[in-house]
Amino acid sequence: MERVPILKIGGVLLVSIQIDLQDQSVLALQEDLAEKISATGAHGVVIDISAVEIVDSFIGRMFATIASISRLFDADTVVVGMRPAVAITLVELGLTLGGVRTALNLERGMKILGELGRERRGAVTHFGEFPRDA
Amino acid sequence: MTADAGHAQRLTELLRENAELLIDKWVGVVAAALRGRSARTELEADFREFYAALVPLVGHDGKNISGPEFTEIRSLLEEYSRSRVRAGFTPSETASSVFSLKEPVFELVENDASPEVFQQALAFSRLLDAFGLLTFESYSRAREDIIREQSEQLLELTTPVVKIWEGVLAVPLVGTLDSARTQVVMEKLLEMLVETGSEHAIIDITGVFAVDTQVAQHLLKTVVAARLMGAECIVSGIRPQIAQTIVALGIEFGDIVTKASLADALRHALRREGVEVVRREVV
Repeated sequence: MERVPILKIGGVLLVSIQIDLQDQSVLALQEDLAEKISATGAHGVVIDISAVEIVDSFIGRMFATIASISRLFDADTVVVGMRPAVAITLVELGLTLGGVRTALNLERGMKILGELGRERRGAVTHFGEFPRDA
Repeated sequence: MTADAGHAQRLTELLRENAELLIDKWVGVVAAALRGRSARTELEADFREFYAALVPLVGHDGKNISGPEFTEIRSLLEEYSRSRVRAGFTPSETASSVFSLKEPVFELVENDASPEVFQQALAFSRLLDAFGLLTFESYSRAREDIIREQSEQLLELTTPVVKIWEGVLAVPLVGTLDSARTQVVMEKLLEMLVETGSEHAIIDITGVFAVDTQVAQHLLKTVVAARLMGAECIVSGIRPQIAQTIVALGIEFGDIVTKASLADALRHALRREGVEVVRREVV
């Protein structure tokens, strides 16, 4: 089974999905991500799906599940780079991803997370993005 | 068929012997009916081909013309009908090109002494009827092909997606919206969002005169799909009648932003983009 790598950039975890997702890899990703957020104390998760061409309802639900998991660790989730065909499929499947934020590309996704993080932490935490690491 | 093969040969003989005369008369009748809209030499070349393919078929009564022996004449007639469609002839003009052969053939048979020939001529006439109907069918098929091509072109032409500001796309919809068209718009818009990296799209329906539940559903789906990709859609230019229909049908636009005019929608999009438009004192 292929595993999806999780990269840490500043206070953000980047999940870039470059493989054909199997249900097993999806479940593994959810576990890995939960551990990684808890370990790093990241304030945001970006899921880059610009390479994903085919989705089914299981993968569609994965986004919502990951968002709920992240929320428990007080981290925001942004899904970036969704292809038109994938968006149409998800709409046809009746999945609207509920509370998950979306952005056109990685750059904007990072920007959104930056703004959200600032809002949440207020002006106080300008120093030290990672209280736990510091 | 084998029983009257001998008799059929009599008509075949007649047709072979008088080929030049018959073709000449046939072309004459058709050319007169078309009143010079088709060159005589062209007609003659076409009819000579038909005639050559037709003569060996004498003896068939035209009840079933789908067999392999009819392949040649069928393709000739289909080609002829297609060219007639493109040249703007009516279906009856096309079909009567075939029927017009009957007249000279009957004239010829009249002068012949043997009584069987008349029966054969009748059968031949039925064969021509079948071919005439075939041209009619090919004609309408060719015309349907043209209509389909045109509607596809129209679909492409009438759904432009334009960039009206950095980060703002506009889709001015004009005419009647059906599911196929909204589908095209939806795909084109989503692709353009990715291509241009735009976060706002304005769907302007000022030019749309009717909306039904299905179309509204498609519009809503487009908006949701765009949202999934990280872009916001604004619907503008809803006509009063359409607004009434939408309310009467109970279609919920939810939290989708709707504006009265394209200008309002653009202003909204610019504000969301962080662009400020200021009126300057004009000297």
